[in-house]
Amino acid sequence: MLKDQDRIFKNLYNDMGADVKSAQTRGDWVNTSELIAKGRDWIINEVKDSQLRGRGGAGFPTGLKWSFAPKEVGSRPHYLVINADESEPGTCKDRDILRFEPHKLIEGCLIASYAVQAHACYIYIRGEYFIEGQKLQSAIDEAYEKNLIGKNAAGTGWDLDIYIHYGAGAYICGEETALLESIEGKKGQPRLKPPFPALIGLYGCPTIINNVETIAVVPTILRRGGKWFSSLGREKNTGTKIFCISGNVNNPCNVEEEMNIPLKELIEVHAGGVVGGWENLQAVIPGGSSMPLIPKEKCETLTMDFDSLMAEKSGLGTAGIVVINKDQDIIKCMARIARFYKHESCGQCTPCREGSGWMWRMLERMAKGEATKDEVDMLGDVTNQIAGHTICAFGEGSSWPVQGLLRHFKKEIEERNNLDPIVQKKNNIPYLVDQHLLDKKNA
Amino acid sequence: MPKLKVNDIEVVVEDGLTVLQACEKAGAEIPRFCYHEKLSIAGNCRMCLVEMEKSPKPIASCAMPAAEGMNIKTNTPFVEKARKGVMEFLLANHPLDCPVCDQGGECDLQDQSMFYGVDKSRFKENKRAVPEKHMGPLIKTQMTRCIHCTRCVRFATEVAGVSELGAIGRGEDMQITTYLEQSMQSELSANVIDLCPVGALTSKPYVFEARPWELKKTETVDVMDAVGSNVRVDTYDWEVKRILPIINEDINEEWISDKTRYACDGLLNQRLDKPFIKYNGKFEEASWSEVFKIIKSKFENSSNDKVCGFVGDLTNMETGYIFKEFFDRTLNNNNYDSRSDNRFLDNSERENYIFNSSINGIEDADLIFLIGANPRYEATILNARIRKAFVNNNTKVISLNDVGDLTYPYKNLDGQTQTIKKIFEGSEEISKEIIGASSPMIIIGESLLKLNSAEHLFHLIKNFLKKNNKFTEDWNPLNILSCDAATVGNLDLGILNNEKNLLEELKSNKFEIVFLVGQDNLKFNKKNEFVIYQGSHGDKGAEIADIILPGSAYTEQNGYFTNLEGKIQKAYKASYPPGEAKEDWQIINELAEVMNNRKLFNDIEELKSSMFNYLKLQQKKTNI
Repeated sequence: MLKDQDRIFKNLYNDMGADVKSAQTRGDWVNTSELIAKGRDWIINEVKDSQLRGRGGAGFPTGLKWSFAPKEVGSRPHYLVINADESEPGTCKDRDILRFEPHKLIEGCLIASYAVQAHACYIYIRGEYFIEGQKLQSAIDEAYEKNLIGKNAAGTGWDLDIYIHYGAGAYICGEETALLESIEGKKGQPRLKPPFPALIGLYGCPTIINNVETIAVVPTILRRGGKWFSSLGREKNTGTKIFCISGNVNNPCNVEEEMNIPLKELIEVHAGGVVGGWENLQAVIPGGSSMPLIPKEKCETLTMDFDSLMAEKSGLGTAGIVVINKDQDIIKCMARIARFYKHESCGQCTPCREGSGWMWRMLERMAKGEATKDEVDMLGDVTNQIAGHTICAFGEGSSWPVQGLLRHFKKEIEERNNLDPIVQKKNNIPYLVDQHLLDKKNA
Repeated sequence: MPKLKVNDIEVVVEDGLTVLQACEKAGAEIPRFCYHEKLSIAGNCRMCLVEMEKSPKPIASCAMPAAEGMNIKTNTPFVEKARKGVMEFLLANHPLDCPVCDQGGECDLQDQSMFYGVDKSRFKENKRAVPEKHMGPLIKTQMTRCIHCTRCVRFATEVAGVSELGAIGRGEDMQITTYLEQSMQSELSANVIDLCPVGALTSKPYVFEARPWELKKTETVDVMDAVGSNVRVDTYDWEVKRILPIINEDINEEWISDKTRYACDGLLNQRLDKPFIKYNGKFEEASWSEVFKIIKSKFENSSNDKVCGFVGDLTNMETGYIFKEFFDRTLNNNNYDSRSDNRFLDNSERENYIFNSSINGIEDADLIFLIGANPRYEATILNARIRKAFVNNNTKVISLNDVGDLTYPYKNLDGQTQTIKKIFEGSEEISKEIIGASSPMIIIGESLLKLNSAEHLFHLIKNFLKKNNKFTEDWNPLNILSCDAATVGNLDLGILNNEKNLLEELKSNKFEIVFLVGQDNLKFNKKNEFVIYQGSHGDKGAEIADIILPGSAYTEQNGYFTNLEGKIQKAYKASYPPGEAKEDWQIINELAEVMNNRKLFNDIEELKSSMFNYLKLQQKKTNI
């Protein structure tokens, strides 16, 4: 269990107020100029030492990402973009940061902008977070007033302007390149990679894109040192993380915890246990809806970090833990998730556009027991035909939950769907012979 | 120059090329739907997936830049499985209505499904149906067939320069549409029909006309403007069914204008298929020998200098040449011209009437100045090139007049002749810009040459450019934008009369016999003239004629055309002239035989060699 002095987001539940004064009493903005005076390389090295991995889902090392930005600013300016398009079902960590700890984010923006030599920072907030956006805007106004950002921000000599851009609520705009397209005023569709945004990003300029939580923890890391951060959790999965626990638990909550914490502890201690008791647990989605679910047997011993979940063929993702107990129809749950992905597919590339709807329709039939035996394997084929063949990671995101279902609950599907296939492979029909000729014996 | 391996074959490709192009260089064919050489890369059909060493996922070869040391495999089971998967998705919601689809037989989806399609569909859900979209009278839509490759959208925004085509909705509800369902406001719109890899966008006038394998294909050139786009004429029996572009990187790249494409329906209507004689204001059918006899007696009863002749704007060079020979040798006068208006022309040098910078040169230009020209209507394909130059190099374009939307931004001046004078006397800001530009293009439209002050202005412009050393060994900034296919060819053949003003004399009714070959644009009040009209269509010239000699259209005879930049190209015979109509050169040749008992030329070969000798002589005179 995380000790109180190691907590980064002390105001996660808004006990202390989100304004700049209360933020300063919690340690924000105290010695920002000193941190920045230590120089770019020191900041990036410190972040590298902390082994901080991106909190947006993919878990890419943040220090490494920053070092991809060109060392010298060429003819094109650099940009920092903050991804606050938190749309993954089961995830609501960024929302609380935007509401209750906005100054951690703003200070992080200043430091990160300095580290990647950006003078403009865009915060892309999903349209549904309108109140959160307003709160962040008032925090930004406060910071401008106190000269914490703007010209010579916080006395660091670095100029920084922060702009908020509201999305219109499309899930795909959380994909970094689709997000850039959206900021540029275009349709939110992911770009082809390479080129990567670190070289050609927003308006064709070098751009670093980070999640809200990643940026918000940076000031604390610099204050307390990368060594401190890396001492929490385990090797390569360091630091603290906000876990969002929802679903069939008695007390759904956001909680900041150390990485590598046992899943059972998270659910039992912080979320008040599974509805109906631990024995009533059916499965857990460990990292937001796009990650494959994990059945109860494995939940007993599971620890929550990037690598241990990877070993279970799932992933930490955004750490949005969705608990599903035995009252739920697991096939129906996955059909609902598949419907979400069918609805949010951008439609740009073929496998995802055509496959996500197909998966959903099959799962709907399977939930009702209207599918045939052979379709279970076919569903697996379809997921494999989507994953890895698309422009962005949405293909994986939409097919992994279905693959998880097939991996762990195949028996349930097969029990419910035992209709015989329409075409039965009985005899070997020679290629290019019409069926009706074979049916007519005299023909 | 990265070096990479494709199926264990080493290839070296130029920088900036993609893996797909490298694969093609190595001889490995890559299936594709969304990729197109002339459009930006979308990478969304996922059909071109290949295996790359050290990559756990297959990569889209069309979007991946070729890099040093890559090891690409295109023929492994892994690749085949990936492509088959994509093909299954593409076919899942495709209606498979090939028997009633116009694209059948030339459909990319059909062809590629022969290799990557699975014989039985596993898709048991209801197929998606997409409502029709209205895209105007030329493009027929059947959007259920759409595979969302977005080639049409990219063409419209990038090449045609109209943003009226786009995709709405997302996921499986994505639809390609013109938003408000208006017709596409572009004169290049029908190219999306060729680009569409499936039958979603097909040609409305050609709907259910023929199957591609039934058509005879003839590669030829277009005569609808002076650009000379290379086209393929598809005929069914003698009927021209459709016209498609063929690739010529120096002229039309891969596009043709809608006018070029759909002018072919005119080949079926209002044709002159028999010789006619006018009796009491009414045309009556006649035979060839009859009309020749009448013409002979008319010529014999009037003096030779009372005869004049005009060549039209769609005639090929053979016809022009034999027409000129007919006047020179049979009638012994030079009362012939190819101009239908009083435009200024100094044909002492060839550069005075051609597009000297060439169409390819547009992409090298750094300043384009349009004087009295609207390239969007006068030479659509050339305008597309200017747009390409603007998109790629941000070329600055200035126009003397406000000529409306040219699909690229341009600075327009007040349109006054005085302004041209001031600019080329060197006193304006633009004069300095022209002097400062390394390869400027001055594009002079025909409307400038029609001015009374044309001669003065033309020499002013030319002298200004000469004085400022804009004429170099590899750059000639002077460009005349001709509008008609025959203009440059006729001028090369010297079919003009600078000694007399034939038009004025015609208007004051000084001639007794007027011989028109495809010339319909003359404005004069007919009194007692005897008008002989030779042409393919019952146009204005035929209305005023006393005798009609039915000729052939451009798809019905072999013939040379010189395009506006002076390139000579051969048009091939794709079909036959209707009824008793003959090829144009034959008519004049036979007429000469009737009159003098001697043909002008024994056959077409003799005519051609004589014509080329003449052109060579002229070139020696004018070019060097």
